[in-house]
Amino acid sequence: MTVALIATAIVIVALLFEVTIPWFDRRAEARRVRKAAIEAGHIAAYDPGRERRAENRARELLKSCVNEEEWEMYRDLGLIRVWGGESLDSELRGVPYAYLIYPHKPIVAYLPQTGRLLNEYCVEFPDESKPYGSTRLPDSDDVLAKWMALKGDERRLISSANMHLPGRQVDQKLLQRDIWRLGRWERERLERSGRTQSGAA
Amino acid sequence: MKFLRMRPGYGEQLIAEGDPNLLEDEQRLVEEFRKQLELGMWAAIPVQTESGRREAEMVRDFAEVPRDAGRVIFFPRAAGGAR
Repeated sequence: MTVALIATAIVIVALLFEVTIPWFDRRAEARRVRKAAIEAGHIAAYDPGRERRAENRARELLKSCVNEEEWEMYRDLGLIRVWGGESLDSELRGVPYAYLIYPHKPIVAYLPQTGRLLNEYCVEFPDESKPYGSTRLPDSDDVLAKWMALKGDERRLISSANMHLPGRQVDQKLLQRDIWRLGRWERERLERSGRTQSGAA
Repeated sequence: MKFLRMRPGYGEQLIAEGDPNLLEDEQRLVEEFRKQLELGMWAAIPVQTESGRREAEMVRDFAEVPRDAGRVIFFPRAAGGAR
């Protein structure tokens, strides 16, 4: 009985060892890379909180630039809606349209009155100086760049983008759900605002 | 007036600051503005309309920047994404 238990324990230990080898290998490799970066003077490569701090700064900048309603929309829903100001599509014949801005996803044009999706505009803001080996801006900076470019020069931004039919990169069900969430969010915000005003009066 | 630049891993960085009404500062700001555009940046100014709405203006030359603008934000030029 004892021998059987010992044999089982040995087998379990051996199997666990086999399973955990890749994990130890990855840890050792990460340690080697970190050590090499420190020796090369790349202290920044050793900072695990950098991306989070960058995102926090980017959020503050975004908050200081966009309207209060847009900031709350981003904080609560993770997207910002911007109304279109150009006549980019003659088919629209003056019907109001808007864009949904997500971080690091295509800009989506749609008709708020009907919820019909129009196009996806795939656009990026790659920083080729790659300060930390990446061209990717923090999420909130990406949103702010899209917001400023749409507000400041919609045509220029849209002409820089690759246009696709909706659903190419962003799931249409997700978009329809977000449009619904946005509508509900606006109604609730309006009700809250109404209650506050009537309470103050 | 502050020049801010969005950068991966940083958030925004203050890259220049000065009073455009002072000649020396203005020259420095003009040089920095040109340098950023040559590096492939776009420049935008957050503005507020008379009704209080916040908007943004894109500028291509320092001469287009209002003298009382508090911030000019530089960010990488847009490029078409996934094909």
